[in-house]
Amino acid sequence: MDITLTIIGQSVAFFVFWWFCAKYVWPLFMNVMEERRQKIADGLEAAARAEKDLELAQAKSTDQLKVAKVEAAGIIDLANKRGSQIVDEAKDKAKEEAKRIIAGAQADIEQEVNRAKEALRAQVSAIAIAGAEKILEGSINQAANEDMLNKLASEL
Amino acid sequence: MAELADVAHAAAEHGAEGQTVQEYITHHLSYLTYGKFPDGHWGLAHTPEEAVSMGFMSIHVDTMGWSLFIGAAFLFFFRYIGLRATSDVPSGIQNFVESIFEFVESQVNSGFNYKNPHVGPLCLTVFVWIILMNTMDLVPVDWLPEIAMAVGGLWGLEHMSFKVVPTTDPNITMGMSISVFFLILYYSVKNKGLGGFLSELAFHPFGKWMLPFNLIIEIPTLFAKPVSLGLRLFGNMYAGELLFLLISGLLGAYQLPAHFVWAVFHLLVVPLQAFVFMMLTIVYLNAAHEPAHGDH
Repeated sequence: MDITLTIIGQSVAFFVFWWFCAKYVWPLFMNVMEERRQKIADGLEAAARAEKDLELAQAKSTDQLKVAKVEAAGIIDLANKRGSQIVDEAKDKAKEEAKRIIAGAQADIEQEVNRAKEALRAQVSAIAIAGAEKILEGSINQAANEDMLNKLASEL
Repeated sequence: MAELADVAHAAAEHGAEGQTVQEYITHHLSYLTYGKFPDGHWGLAHTPEEAVSMGFMSIHVDTMGWSLFIGAAFLFFFRYIGLRATSDVPSGIQNFVESIFEFVESQVNSGFNYKNPHVGPLCLTVFVWIILMNTMDLVPVDWLPEIAMAVGGLWGLEHMSFKVVPTTDPNITMGMSISVFFLILYYSVKNKGLGGFLSELAFHPFGKWMLPFNLIIEIPTLFAKPVSLGLRLFGNMYAGELLFLLISGLLGAYQLPAHFVWAVFHLLVVPLQAFVFMMLTIVYLNAAHEPAHGDH
């Protein structure tokens, strides 16, 4: 074993290389690793947050769905009510209309009947005069009889 | 056996250009050494004997150079990737570098219980650097030395040694383990106080009335840490390299399957030893950060 100055040279090299590594090599990789660690941590955190957000959104959507269902039920109820109301109103209107129409028709009928009565009266009086003329055959004063016949006609 | 010896002899004669196997291996285990000759001038050693004569005042140009080159290449490569890294989905080479980074970081996080931002970079440096230095063991043993000899021949160094695997040089492994040892001392004193650190040596594990025994136990334990840390790595890699050299020097034409089998096995040793060095560094530094024992 020949120990020479080499041993001192190697010791010096050892400390120089150590210093170089500590100052110019180690921090580079340390930083890269730390950055990557941070990125991964951020990614995981974001994923966890997204999951939570999703859960929240789902809860919210079910809530809103419930509210919407209740509202829809209310609206349907209201619509049903309003529908039956409209039907009722329509029925009432129709009834009134029918009454009105019936009343009009009855008035018309009455009027017709009266007109027919008038016409009949006039015709009956004419027939009666004609009959009387036939019986009396000219001797009878037409003007004198006119009043009597009109009286008769109005009594009919 | 006689056949094998013949093969070995033939290989030694032909494969290594007239060298004996012993010369071949010795040549591969010597260093390209620059240092101070006994007469006082500085220069490259031309023979292993010259290198030995220089003693401590010399430097292993080959292992030191590879160590520096590999460490610098690794750090600049990591910085290059790090500057282009994005925090989006990583792809290809960034993914690869990040997986190494994450592996080291998770080891530090699980093994080191205190807050010290410098331990992570230390472990990353040690782990990748040692893995790459060990990996040089898997380059066929003659390639780089042959190239080196060809290049060295231009300056009259045609027999120069050129050791390629830095972790087969005890100077390299001990250089690192002693650095770790200084860090253990530094952080121990910083976190426990000098008194706390010394009292751990003196009053532990048997209490203050057994102080000499405590010192006898604790001081070798303390010094065993850097020695075992450095020698474990050195021993494993040296043994691995030596086996490659033996295969290369002895088996001649039959060496390829043997190289393959040993390389596959070595593929386990290369990262394992780097991992062990890093883990022990973490364990030692963790112990250095533990608060002093209050009950003594």
